[in-house]
Amino acid sequence: MLLEVSELNTYYGQSRALQNINFHVDEGEVVALLGRNGMGKSTTLKSIMGLLKPHSGQIRFNGRDIMGLNPYKVARAGIGYVPEERRIFPNLTVLDNLKMGIKGGKIDKSNPNAWTIERIFEHFPFMKERTHQKGGHLSGGEQQMLTIGRTLMGNPRLLMVDEPTEGLSPIMVKEVRNVLEQISKAGIAILLVEHNYKMAISIAHRVYLMGKAHIGYSGTAAELEADAETRKKYLEV
Amino acid sequence: MEAYIAQGMHGLAYGMVLFLVASGLTLVLGMMGVLNMAHVNFFMLSAYLGYQVVAWTGSFWLALLIAPLLTAGAGILMERFLLKKVHAFGPMAELILTMGVAFIISDGVKAVWGTQNLPLSPPGSLSVLVNIAGVQYPAYRLFLIGLAVAILLLMALVLYKTRLGMIVRAAVADAGMVDALGINVPLVFMTVFGAGTWMAGVAGVAIAPILTVSPGLAAQMGMDAFIVIIVGGFGSLGGAFLVAILCGLLSAFGVQFLPQYASVLLFVFMAVVLAIKPEGLFGEKES
Repeated sequence: MLLEVSELNTYYGQSRALQNINFHVDEGEVVALLGRNGMGKSTTLKSIMGLLKPHSGQIRFNGRDIMGLNPYKVARAGIGYVPEERRIFPNLTVLDNLKMGIKGGKIDKSNPNAWTIERIFEHFPFMKERTHQKGGHLSGGEQQMLTIGRTLMGNPRLLMVDEPTEGLSPIMVKEVRNVLEQISKAGIAILLVEHNYKMAISIAHRVYLMGKAHIGYSGTAAELEADAETRKKYLEV
Repeated sequence: MEAYIAQGMHGLAYGMVLFLVASGLTLVLGMMGVLNMAHVNFFMLSAYLGYQVVAWTGSFWLALLIAPLLTAGAGILMERFLLKKVHAFGPMAELILTMGVAFIISDGVKAVWGTQNLPLSPPGSLSVLVNIAGVQYPAYRLFLIGLAVAILLLMALVLYKTRLGMIVRAAVADAGMVDALGINVPLVFMTVFGAGTWMAGVAGVAIAPILTVSPGLAAQMGMDAFIVIIVGGFGSLGGAFLVAILCGLLSAFGVQFLPQYASVLLFVFMAVVLAIKPEGLFGEKES
């Protein structure tokens, strides 16, 4: 198992945002974490990333206990985080945004699979033409791509992506989906939080469904496709 | 004409020193979200430490080297052992903590050095007048302008030509995201805090020969420094630079042309700017 979350509890003040969460992601797998708004999907990612301090439980990544570590230590352990709000650096150029993702400031030349700026440009050709433009001048979809590219520069083994298609046009949704599929084919595991069920199910191997603060269902993408009742219970508004 | 040039140079020199103080304040505010009320007290502390080094060694240059470093060390200790501890309790706790440190420094210098004005002479080589366009102008003030320009260039070099600078600029926009990318943000915070207090420290020693060393130094510089970061826009170095120079010139020419209103001119300037642009000249609007 690459990521293993056991009995995770996180609080916002007095209210329990996550209740005994258990799930795992295997090496190279795409796992979707789905559910209605406010169920705790983003909170789960933030708790893993160290942006929220969990109250109790265990988070193991690659066999190592990472619970409660500072975000930069979690990132260095090999987890990349693409947040819901995208959070590119608007005052930095596209190139500098990408460089910000390089851990330690230098590309690891001993690793033949290390992501380079050139490799990012192959996946996201628009960035090559806009290298020196400020990140804040990109469209929403382009900013989403830049966030994904920036995170890849850190060579994560697991990419956690929070609502990547929110607010994007259908064409951009397709683009984001294709990019995630390519990343998966490159051997990187993905933990995807997504409101667009069709998009998520089209690339996920396995799915977890969240009810209020807990995980209520787990199964393969095919199993969930065949289970209309569960979909209605957890996903339909 | 000569009088204009002399006043203009005076304003420029004061503006430059003001920028040295305000830049650390605005960087820390922009990046860490901490309004460090003790910042100008570090500026004053450095002036006292400089006075002491001169008293012991007789060397102004040694004072200019050592006092800011000691001040930066004190700033780093404050960030590491006090500010970091209260960070989890939010900005109000941080603000109150920095006010506490400001009081401690303020009363501390009075306890050690007393309340009288202490003179700090510029080095002999700079205690002369030089001729600029027919105006006899103190060489020390020219040195002050040169020193501030040199530090400004160094800061621009670090901020725009190094990875550390890129990280700092990114952290001003979103420190949490920088952290999540694997960069040791607490270390970056400490470095910036140290650099900010070092610059305030340099300014403190450098301006001491002009203003003399006294417990009123912090309040004198403090108000102007806060005006600079508010009018310039929180976190904006460019804004701080422009407004610091404007403030320096406004103060200098205010004294010359409108002496009875000189003390309120800066506040009028601030009020006018904020009425038109509440976020400051280069500040970002709250979304």
